[in-house]
Parts: sequence; structure tokens; C-alpha cells
Amino acid sequence: MYAWLWRKLPGSPRTRVLTALVLVAAAVAVLWCVVFPLFEPVVTLDEVTVQK
Amino acid sequence: MAIPGARIVQEYPDRMRAMLRAVGETSITAGLILMLFCAYLLWGTGAYTQRQQLLLQRELAADRAAQERLRTVRPGQALAVLRIPRLGHDYEYAIVEGVGSTHLKRGPGHYPDSAMPGQTGNFVLSGHRTTYAAPFNEIDELERDDEIVVEAREARYTYRVTSQDIVRPDEVDVLAPVPGKPGIRPVRAFITLTTCHPEYSAAERLIVYGVLKETEPRSE
Repeated sequence: MYAWLWRKLPGSPRTRVLTALVLVAAAVAVLWCVVFPLFEPVVTLDEVTVQK
Repeated sequence: MAIPGARIVQEYPDRMRAMLRAVGETSITAGLILMLFCAYLLWGTGAYTQRQQLLLQRELAADRAAQERLRTVRPGQALAVLRIPRLGHDYEYAIVEGVGSTHLKRGPGHYPDSAMPGQTGNFVLSGHRTTYAAPFNEIDELERDDEIVVEAREARYTYRVTSQDIVRPDEVDVLAPVPGKPGIRPVRAFITLTTCHPEYSAAERLIVYGVLKETEPRSE
């Protein structure tokens, strides 16, 4: 998968590295800002109230 | 061939290698995403709380300037400022009304059915221990006679810690007007803090009890 991506990236190795870094940053941003907030309520590692 | 599948490996080595590589890459990616998710839970959620705390503090400051007193409290409204000197001189959180998940993400929350600050009865607060800025992370370090200061709009209430307990998550007796003794009419003002225990777990609850020591009306 990563090898395939690497082959698909255009330009010199240098531009490929930069493009790859931008792609990784974009993936992290989407996870952090969109996906994780959606999944956070499912994880109950910090239940603090007392209730029946 | 004794080993099933070995024939496939011999006949299609390239396909096998590609498949194993895909499985490996997926596992590594999943692991990295999980690690990132843990980082988000521990630190990312705190950024949200910090922003919400600023809004709540601003709400309190505006009311204080206008000498506004609270008549009715709505869920989500800023109730008071909580200070615990033992946990640092800069330990300061705005308390929000309500203990729903949306409320607790903003800061320590007040059980709507419990007493108001300084009132006779039990003033009960819940707060996150590990996520969302973790306001109650260190309340297990509170010792007897440590001060818990609640600055409401009308007065500053200083409670002193009396004891700590670890209870089951459904032990609602700790919320009673006299903590632990449901059905008894209170004559004193208590404070009760609840959070999860042990850290990173929902198995039990850590409870810190206190009693009102001093009331200073706001003189402004």
C-alpha cells in the first residue's frame, strides 16, 4: 500500500517526501479534528459520576 | 505437502508476499492511529476544555461586574470558581451546572439536584480524572483539613476536606444531603467531589468529602 503510494507520487524523491509529509499531516488532521471527536464518547475510560 | 497453504506459497510467492505486506502495513497503520487516539484523549480533549473554561470564566466575571446574583441556574451555566490550594496556587476551574457528558467536557460539573454552594446539604461536584483537562486528576492527594474554595457570585465558601473513599459506581448514597446517610436531614453544609478510580478506568469512583468552614460574603 505504501510502496504503491510512493510509486504514484510524482516528481523527484525530494518532492515525493514533501508530498508524503503533507499527506500524513492531512490524515492526522482529519483524524484529530473529525474522527476522534466522534469516537471519543464510545470510550468510557473516564466515567466520573455516581448514578444508578 | 503436509502444510496446507504451502502449495499456494510455492506457486504464487509474489502474491503471498504482497498479501503479507498489506496485512503488516495495515497493522502498523492501525497501531499508529490507536497511539494517536490515546494522545488525543489525554491532551487533545484538554484543549477543548481550556477554551470552554475561558467562556465560563468570562460569564462569571461579567456577572460579578454587574453584581448579578443567581436566581435560577440553567444547565450549562457557569456556577462558581473552584480553587484547591493543595493542588497548586494556579488551580482554578469554573464549575458548570450539570453532570451530563457535554457539561463535564467543559469543566467540573455540579449535580443539579444537590445543594448550591454554601447551602445546608451536600454540594456535589464531578470532574474528569484523565481526559478533558483532567480537573480532578489529583484529588486523591487531598488530605484532611485541606481547603476547597468555592467562589460563587454572592460569597466565597471555604470547605475543609474531611475524608476520602472509594465506592462502586452506583453508590448514590454519597450524593445524599448528608453524604452516605440518605434520609437524614442535614444541618451542615457539605461538599463532595467524585471522579473515576483507578485512573483510566470506570470500575470505581473516588470520593472526597468536605464540610463548610468559612463563608465570606462578597463586599463589592
